[in-house]
Amino acid sequence: MSQNVQEQHHMSKNPQHVVTGKTKDFLTIVIEGQLFGIPILQVQDVLGELKVTKIPLAPPQVSGSLNLRGRIVTAIDVRKCLGLPPMERGEDEKLMSVVVNHDDELYSLIIDNVGDVLTLHEKDFESNPATLDIIWKSVSLGVYRLQGKILVVLDVPKLLLALHPAH
Amino acid sequence: MDDLIIEFLTETNESLMELDTDLIKLEQNPNDKDLISKIFRLMHTIKGTCGFLGLPRLETVAHRAENVMGRFRDGDLEVTAEYVSLILESLDRVRYLLGHIEEHGTEPEGNDTDLTTRLDAVYEGRDAFQTGQTTPGPVELPEEDPVEVAAHDPLADIFDTIEIPVATPAAIEPSHQPVAAAAPPQTKEATESAVANQSLRVNMDVLENLMTMVSELVLTRNQLLQISRTEKENSFITPLQRLNHVVSDLQEGVMKTRMQPIGNAWAKLPRIIRDLSIELGKKIDLIMIGQDTELDRQVLDMIKDPLTHMVRNSGDHGIEVPTERIKAGKPETGKIHLRAYHEGGHIIIEIADDGKGLPTEKIRQKLISNGLVSEEESKKLTPQQVHQYIFHAGLSTAEKVTSVSGRGVGMDVVRTNIEKIGGSIEMKSVEGKGSTFFIKIPLTLAIVSSLIVESAGERFAIPQLAVRELVLVSQKSENRIEMIKNTPVFRLREKLLPLVSLEDLLKIGQHSGENFEDRFEHKYIIVTQVGNYSFGLIVDQVFDTEEIVVKPVAKILKNIELFSGNTILGDGSVIMILDPGGIAKVTGESNLSDASQDSQEAAEKLISDKKTSLLVFTAGPGSPKAVPLSLISRLENIDMNSVEETDGQMLVQYRGALMPIIPFSDQMDLSKDKMKPLLVFADRGKSVGLIVDEIVDIREEIIDIQLEGKRKGVFGSAIISGKASEIVDVMHFLNSVHGDWFKDHGDDPFLASDKAKKEGKSGTKRILLVDDSPFFRNMLCPLLTAAGYEVIAVEGPSKALELTERDENFDLIISDIEMPDMNGYDFATRVRASEKWQNTPMVALTSHATPEDIDHGYESGFDEYIAKFDRDTLLSTISKTLSRGADA
Repeated sequence: MSQNVQEQHHMSKNPQHVVTGKTKDFLTIVIEGQLFGIPILQVQDVLGELKVTKIPLAPPQVSGSLNLRGRIVTAIDVRKCLGLPPMERGEDEKLMSVVVNHDDELYSLIIDNVGDVLTLHEKDFESNPATLDIIWKSVSLGVYRLQGKILVVLDVPKLLLALHPAH
Repeated sequence: MDDLIIEFLTETNESLMELDTDLIKLEQNPNDKDLISKIFRLMHTIKGTCGFLGLPRLETVAHRAENVMGRFRDGDLEVTAEYVSLILESLDRVRYLLGHIEEHGTEPEGNDTDLTTRLDAVYEGRDAFQTGQTTPGPVELPEEDPVEVAAHDPLADIFDTIEIPVATPAAIEPSHQPVAAAAPPQTKEATESAVANQSLRVNMDVLENLMTMVSELVLTRNQLLQISRTEKENSFITPLQRLNHVVSDLQEGVMKTRMQPIGNAWAKLPRIIRDLSIELGKKIDLIMIGQDTELDRQVLDMIKDPLTHMVRNSGDHGIEVPTERIKAGKPETGKIHLRAYHEGGHIIIEIADDGKGLPTEKIRQKLISNGLVSEEESKKLTPQQVHQYIFHAGLSTAEKVTSVSGRGVGMDVVRTNIEKIGGSIEMKSVEGKGSTFFIKIPLTLAIVSSLIVESAGERFAIPQLAVRELVLVSQKSENRIEMIKNTPVFRLREKLLPLVSLEDLLKIGQHSGENFEDRFEHKYIIVTQVGNYSFGLIVDQVFDTEEIVVKPVAKILKNIELFSGNTILGDGSVIMILDPGGIAKVTGESNLSDASQDSQEAAEKLISDKKTSLLVFTAGPGSPKAVPLSLISRLENIDMNSVEETDGQMLVQYRGALMPIIPFSDQMDLSKDKMKPLLVFADRGKSVGLIVDEIVDIREEIIDIQLEGKRKGVFGSAIISGKASEIVDVMHFLNSVHGDWFKDHGDDPFLASDKAKKEGKSGTKRILLVDDSPFFRNMLCPLLTAAGYEVIAVEGPSKALELTERDENFDLIISDIEMPDMNGYDFATRVRASEKWQNTPMVALTSHATPEDIDHGYESGFDEYIAKFDRDTLLSTISKTLSRGADA
């Protein structure tokens, strides 16, 4: 079910840029048609659908917990974190999630779809547009201008910290 | 060898070894302050410890060396190569002495004046080097070369790889050459500690890691076993079983590495008590029993502070100053007993002092002044209830706030800490006599046995330690849930049990508009106990129990109090572990309700003194039968197909052994292909199963046998829940299978009695049994007779006292407490006042034993106080009491 991200990384091509100067690698994900990027080093795994156990009384953004090779992973519904409605899913469409390590704990971020790994150049980076949705702004590190698309860099630690009881 | 010495040797050897690597540096940089300080500290530690352990020779060397090192450290003496040699020589001498102690347990004969005079010379500044002389004036070749001796030491024979080392150059030739650099590795080998070789210090992280991995392995094994169960014919089964065993052993082994003697947590206590007694001008003895009791390191860490706090409390609040103690007629020196022992998967720690006890009135006043209770309410509180408040925040009874305790934080924190690890704390205190605290803690936190339950389609685990019993309810039967203003309750043996629906609690499942009769149809109640508070948890389904590995929940879920962790089950799914303590807290348990429930229970106990829990069942034709529940160890269902018969005896394979089983009556339908309930009576590896037709109920009743039984195996008939029922004589069935049920225990009480038997009739001990209940008389007489005593049973104290008139003599009197014409306390007082029996030992036997009762019992003149039905204690107490009487 899980693909090896690193391998995929090697195979991925970067048509947009000639790789010079400072670059960063991102795993791209799609939520509600919007392209997001997660710094590749934060990503541990990409999972297909696994059995999720619901956790009663947990914050609504927490979908439950699942067993990833003997480790318990907390599943986070990123759509809910971003204030988006639940995804309308076809019969054969499966949930995808990206497992990240935060503070020595594993979290599985449930998203709509996983794309390629992209190597992005620093010169295409821009900070958040001032008018960006306030929730989005709080979990975005900035944006990359790609050909025909904008990629939002997801601030994973911030996304997860927002769920901590203290907040 | 003394444990302390072994520990000292291990530690010192370790420090020495560590120094070895650094010593080379000392050659290159003789004035390395860090290193000098290190050696100084080592010498200092050795000196201090030796004084304590009584090793004068080592102490002297260390002391003198420390002096010199002190000068080096302070910088008023420059370290030259000569001094380096001297330092090394001192270290070698220490090593040699240590080696000898390790080998023989004592210091070698002789003295170290050769070395110490030189050390003193350096210390006092009158040695040759200091004056710039290079000729070794005072440094003579010592007559007794330490290394040489070490080499010829028998130790060398043990390590046959060791070659006799060249004598340390430093000792032989105090030259300018830094030859000493070569010395350490050799000497190290020579004195390599045998003790150190037996134990190994491992970083805690390594162990923790191992534990985690074993936990994973356990989970994987569970998964594999689950898969193999579904596929019958499978070539994996045999290797899987092997794997299963190995993993179990491995788990046990790794768990063992985490176990530490509780003594480790106690090590500081004697010192604390000593300091305390000096500071407060008290005389206190700390007596520690059971230091070797082992428990998980994690648990140990958690209880270390609470324990220290409590012992300190006992010293500060409990024990009085000597003058006060003498006034109270107590010995000047107070005693604090610290005791640890295992009890059924738990560790019990007792902290008892013989001090002044809790000042009930003072606490009561304090409660009022702190606004915890109103004056009106406080009057209604029993002393016990008042005492419970010491576990409340913001209450300190010490009049003066000492530096020791009495800052108003304390017992509440202790209680919280102990409950956090699934333990409980109880206390009894008698004013003027002292207080005793009982702490009950689980052995380990890592792996717990849990009950898996289901509610609204979700599964949860509940630690089995908290589960008292399970009840299946049906709204159409007597076992039904009732409602008081949307609050479900259940009548459990004539008591209302507050209920909590797990669905509602966790806000899962929908129940709008459904009436409660339908909602609670066919549910299970999990009777859960937290401390003294019991409640029922309503769930849909109960599965089996599983050994689970508790993993902490993710940080973002930490604030959900209802879960203590999560885990992965055998089938690979993640499951949340419910925290009974958290549930109790959320659903409204408070300290006060705790206490009131206590007193309520105590009150009920008083009323129901004569009440016995009886298991009611049917077997064959005729009226229902009843048997005291406390005699039964387990209830099982057996498949009659699995029953085998050899030599006319029905047998069944049970827990890996053959268990004889007996049908209660010949007229029962024992045809194959049926499941039958089985009452299992077990005792030290021996079990007997009694087949019955149906288990009807458990009742608490006063057993009043109205008709004597005619048949064997029946005491007689009594009315139980309105029906005439037969009270079963369990002994009859047990003896019919194991004729020797009571006799071959090989235990002390029986040995004593066997001996008594051999000595002939005259040696047989006579016991007077006073009990108004024919049931107990019938129950105990055969028991005591079987144990070799001659028993005279009478139905009341007045009858017993009549026997005095008839010149009857007994070796022991066993008496009930609650009896109609005269209670046991008065009886004891009368016996003590009588001429003839005043020295006869007396044992009180009762079904209720609150601390007050027990104290009252002792005051009245009983020597022992034991609970009814506790057969083993009864027998051992009798034997103990009798032998004590014989010695006196």
